[in-house]
Amino acid sequence: MTDRTYGTRLPGMTTETLAGKLIVVEGADGSGRTTEVALLKDFLEVEGHAVVDTGLRRSDLVSAEIDRAKQGHTLGATTLALLYAVDFADQLENKIIPALTAGSTVLADRYIYTLMARAIARGASREWARVLYGFALRPDLVVFLDARPEILLHRAISKYGSLDYWESGMDLSLSRDLFESFFLYQDRLSREFEWMAGEYSFHRVDANRTPEQVHADVLERVRPLYGPVPAADPPKSGGKARSPVSAARGRAASGSRARRGARPPE
Amino acid sequence: MRETPSSSHGFPGRLFVFEGLDGSGKSTQASLLGKWLGARGYRVFRTEWNSSELVSSTIRRGKKKGLLTPTTFSLLHATDFADRFDRQILPPLRAGYVVLCDRYSYTAFVRDTARGCDPAWVRTIYSFAPRPDRVFYFRVPVAVTLKRKIASRLKISYYEAGMDLGLSDDIEESYARFQSRLKQVYEDLAVSDQFTVIDSTRSVEAIQADLRSHVAPMLGHFPTQTRLMHDG
Repeated sequence: MTDRTYGTRLPGMTTETLAGKLIVVEGADGSGRTTEVALLKDFLEVEGHAVVDTGLRRSDLVSAEIDRAKQGHTLGATTLALLYAVDFADQLENKIIPALTAGSTVLADRYIYTLMARAIARGASREWARVLYGFALRPDLVVFLDARPEILLHRAISKYGSLDYWESGMDLSLSRDLFESFFLYQDRLSREFEWMAGEYSFHRVDANRTPEQVHADVLERVRPLYGPVPAADPPKSGGKARSPVSAARGRAASGSRARRGARPPE
Repeated sequence: MRETPSSSHGFPGRLFVFEGLDGSGKSTQASLLGKWLGARGYRVFRTEWNSSELVSSTIRRGKKKGLLTPTTFSLLHATDFADRFDRQILPPLRAGYVVLCDRYSYTAFVRDTARGCDPAWVRTIYSFAPRPDRVFYFRVPVAVTLKRKIASRLKISYYEAGMDLGLSDDIEESYARFQSRLKQVYEDLAVSDQFTVIDSTRSVEAIQADLRSHVAPMLGHFPTQTRLMHDG
């Protein structure tokens, strides 16, 4: 049973019968992750797969507590890391595993790796973070959207009009200057992603390019997960009116607009 | 400063931990020990394993929705303990206090592993908590704790009784079975982690005298408040 997870069994959970695929898209804020997730979801659904999408900080159990902690900035690094782990565990057990059991594809907009990188950047050891998330399911594919810090910076500014307190790691007191802190923090995160890329067999995609190029790269790795397309699939026609990329980007953009006022980016 | 850092955790204070089943008498004893140390001029800080608002409200909500699993339950308590450690245990320890902890990470280890969590996993999660100078384990038969629990007229809570494990539909029966499981883990820990075992079936006075004789030699060069004032 532990071979479906990263080493720690999940008491009370059945993981032998997971029929669905777990696909993870990782990457910093501004790496084009949200756009790629939307494109991938479209693609998979057109292919006939049921898709359940999930992300960080969306569980009913402690999301209010996380919001409160982030507003007050009162929790220590270990405490906050553990609070995120509660949230992830809740999603894993109450959403991801049931969906995979039902045969759906679970598409995760970030997974344990972001949480680990954030915890390690705040002083946790790699070993502690690795063991902490040892109960997580091994994904069938981890796509890592790798973009240069300058690109992330420009995308963050054009998307939010400013740099986010948390995405700039301001709680770490690396620098009182937001701009400088952003680079120092992103550098720490990318060092951890570098380590995890090997440790957890990421499929690295150069995300300094256009969404179309990124998506084509991702599909190359996603298609083989499902084997040959059933012959009954009718030929597609009339789908040329709007390219799937621009359609998905439109949706991703309006989604982020709607969320913008409510909460900071995750 | 004349304070000699402890060999186990490296902070100037001392950390004494009181572990055992509910109703094993450890809280009474910790309180009496604190009184005695205070009267002798030591700076004492006592802290208990109380669920914070964060945990109690989440557990209430999770229980209602049936969302809590052994893993989330465990992580939630770890979150709470990390917060308690940062706020209540570490500062006095660094400030040179004698810190008396009524329950510590061992309580979590015992409860979580009794619920089926991987022991190595739980141990690593709590590795941020340093090894105490001494862990006193209050050993008492389960039947005695059950009798004390019923006599106290305190309601046995759902999780205290391990009702989530489905050991029995009867809450008292479930409590007794769950406590027996916990006791077994405590007994194993007592050996692997070198607890000082306190026979808690004796009189309060006899146990307290025993505790004091264990603690006194560990405070040999430890500063009292008056001595600190002269130092300062």
